[in-house]
Amino acid sequence: MNQPPKPRIKPWNDPRIRAWVAQILALVFVIWLAATLFSNTLQNMERRSIQTGFDFLSRTAGFGISFSLIPYSETDTYGRTFFVGLLNTILVSGLGIVTATILGFVAGIARLSSNWLVARIAEVYVEIFRNIPLLLQIFFWYFAVLQALPVPRQAFRIHDLFFLSKRGLNMPSPVAGPGMEWVTILFLVGLVATLLIGRWARKRREETGQGFPFWRTALGLVVVLPLALFALLGAPLSWDVPHLRGFNFVGGATLLPELVALWFALTIYTGTFIAEIVRSGIQAVSHGQTEAAAALGLKRGQVTRLVVLPQALRVIIPPLTSQYLNLTKNSSLATAIGYPDLVNVFMGTTLNQTGQAVEVVAMTMGVYLTLSLTISAVMNGYNRRVALKER
Amino acid sequence: MKASHLVVGFGALATVAMAAAPASAATLDTVKSRGQLVCGVNNSLPGFSAPDEKGQWSGLDVDYCKAMAAAIFGDPSKVKYVPLTAKERLTALQTGEIDVLARNTTWTMSRDASLGLNFVGVNYYDGQGFLVKKSLGVKAGKELNGASVCVQSGTTTELNLADYFRTHKMTYQSVVFDTSDQTLQGFESDRCDVLTSDQSQLYGLRSKLPDPSKAVVLPDVISKEPLGPVVRQGDEQWFDIARWTLFAMLNLEEAGVTSKNLGEMLKTTNPDVKRLLGTDGEFGKQLGITNDFGAQIAKAVGNYGESFERNVGEGSPLKIARGLNALWTNGGLMYGPPIR
Repeated sequence: MNQPPKPRIKPWNDPRIRAWVAQILALVFVIWLAATLFSNTLQNMERRSIQTGFDFLSRTAGFGISFSLIPYSETDTYGRTFFVGLLNTILVSGLGIVTATILGFVAGIARLSSNWLVARIAEVYVEIFRNIPLLLQIFFWYFAVLQALPVPRQAFRIHDLFFLSKRGLNMPSPVAGPGMEWVTILFLVGLVATLLIGRWARKRREETGQGFPFWRTALGLVVVLPLALFALLGAPLSWDVPHLRGFNFVGGATLLPELVALWFALTIYTGTFIAEIVRSGIQAVSHGQTEAAAALGLKRGQVTRLVVLPQALRVIIPPLTSQYLNLTKNSSLATAIGYPDLVNVFMGTTLNQTGQAVEVVAMTMGVYLTLSLTISAVMNGYNRRVALKER
Repeated sequence: MKASHLVVGFGALATVAMAAAPASAATLDTVKSRGQLVCGVNNSLPGFSAPDEKGQWSGLDVDYCKAMAAAIFGDPSKVKYVPLTAKERLTALQTGEIDVLARNTTWTMSRDASLGLNFVGVNYYDGQGFLVKKSLGVKAGKELNGASVCVQSGTTTELNLADYFRTHKMTYQSVVFDTSDQTLQGFESDRCDVLTSDQSQLYGLRSKLPDPSKAVVLPDVISKEPLGPVVRQGDEQWFDIARWTLFAMLNLEEAGVTSKNLGEMLKTTNPDVKRLLGTDGEFGKQLGITNDFGAQIAKAVGNYGESFERNVGEGSPLKIARGLNALWTNGGLMYGPPIR
C-alpha cells in the first residue's frame, strides 16, 4: 500500500500555482485601471470646479412627473425621482415581457400551424414587425393612437365609468374602506396555501396515484373565502369614478397613452423575435417524438403540451432570456414619447437640473445592469430546471 | 460569464472617465490651430438658430457665433455649428466638445456655480409663457387649473412650471419630451392643452403650426429667463473674448455703427468709435484677437440691433418687439461697458 512519492515540483513550475498567480495579476491590473479612471475623473472634475458626490439626491426636485406608482410631489427629493423612474421602467418592462411572451408563443406556434391562413398571418406579422425599427414603431403607435382618439370633452364613454380620450383611459379606481386589509390578507394567505397544497397533491399523486380535488380547493381558498369575509364586513370598498372637470378628468385611475403606446410597441416588436425562437425550438424537437407520442395514443393538444413544448423549452429558454433583456433595455426609448421611465425622469430631467452627469449616468447604468443580471439569473435558474438532465 | 460582465462594466466606466478627460490647454490657441470655432447651437429654433434649405445657419445665437469667429479670425464663416438638445448642451461644453455654447440657455445660479461653467452675459432677455389652443377660450395663466402641459426636458421651464402651479394652488400634468419639435407635436395632436416655453420660442413654435392663428400666446410671463452664451470656467482669456464680442455688438449699436455705414465710420474722428473699431488703441491685441475686432464684427453681422431685427424682430416672421432687449438708452436692459 505504499503510495509512490509525489514528484517534487518547483512552485513556479506548478501549473495550478501558475494559473492562480496569473488570475491574481489580471485582477490587480483591472482594479488598478478602474481606480485610476475613477480618481482621474474625480480630479478632473474638481479641477474644473464641477460639483461631485451624491448630496444632490437629498435636495428638493421641484418638477412634476406625470405618472408615478408611489406618491410623489414637486417638493420631494431627487432621490425619490430615481425610484419613481425605476418603478415606471420596471412596470413597462414587466408588462411588456408578459404580453410579448404570450404573443410570441401564440405567433410561433401559429407559424407551424397546418392551417394555411393562420400560418401565413403569423408569418406576415413576424416579417413586418421584426424589420421596422422599434423607435419608429413607438412613434407610430403613439401618434396614431393620439390622432385617432377624441379630445377629453368628446371622450368615448362607457356608462360614464370609463372614458377614452387623447389623455388616456380614465377608469374608476378602488378605494379601500375599513377592514379591506383583512380581505386582502386572507386572499394572499389563500393563494400561498393553494400553492403549497398543489405541490403536496402532485407529490402524493406521483407517489401513491391518489387524486385530489385541487381546482375546487383552490377556488374555495382564493375566491370563496375572501368573498365571504368581504360580504361579512359589509363590502368595505368604494369606487372613485373619474369625471370631467375643466380641461381633464379628475379622480379615478389613468392609463397614460404614453404607457400604452410603449407597451404596445415593445410587445409587438419583441413578440416577433420570440415567435421565431419558439418556432425554431419546436422544429428542433425530432419528428420521431411527435410520432411516438401519437403512437402512444396522445391527442394532438397533449402531444404539443406534454411532449413537444417541454423539449422545445430547452432550446427556447436561453435565447428567450436575451429577448427579455432586450425588451427591458429597449424600454428606455420611452424618453422619445415622454413616458416617465428612468431615462426620461432621472437621466433626463434630474441630470439636467443638477448637472451631475457622471453620478446620474453611473446610477442609471447600474440599474439596467442590475435589472439585466436579475432577469438572466432568474432565467438561468429556470433553464437549469428544464435543461436536459444528463445522467 | 463573469468576465464578460466585468468587461461591460469596465467599458462603461471608461466612457464616463473619458468624458471628463482634461482639455486644459488655452481655448484660444486650440481654436486658432484648428482654424475653426466650434459653436453649440439649438438644432431648430426659428429666430435663434436654425439651418435653411441649403444648410446655412442663421439666427440671433448663430450671429453671435459668427461675430466671435469674425473677432478671432476676421472671417465669420470659420464656425462649425454643433446642434444640441437641451439635455446635451451643458455636458457638451463641459467635456470640451464645443468651445462656446450659444443656445438660448438661461443664466441661473446653480448652472453658474456648480457646473464649472461661466455665463458670458445676456444676449436676449426672455420670460416663460404659455401657448394654448384658441378653442379652449383661456385668457390667462390662472385659468389653467388641471391642464396637461407639454414641456421640453432639461430646461428651467420644467421647474418654473411646477413653481407657478404650486404657488397658485393649481394642479397640472406634465408631459416631458426630449426635443422642442416633439413637444410641438404633442401639443398639435392635442396630447396637451398647453405648451410652455420661453416666450420667444413660443412665437417661433407657433409659426411652425399648420394654422398658427388657431393658437395664442397668453400674456402671462411667469419667470425671468436671461439667455446668454456660456463658456467653460478656468480660461479667463477665452471668457473675456466671448464677453467682449457680445459687448462690442451692443456698443456698435449704441455708437450707431451698422454693417452699411461701416466704411464712413472707419474714417470718423469720434474717439469712442475709433477705439471700438480698432482704428485707435490695441484693445483687440490685448485679448489675443484681431485688433479691429469691432469693425470685423460690424462687417460680419452688424450691430446687435441689426441682428435682432433681422432674426427675431420686424424683419423676421416672428416680429418680436425690442422690449427689454432695447438698449439702455431706449428704456431696455442692453448695456455694453465702455471700451477704453
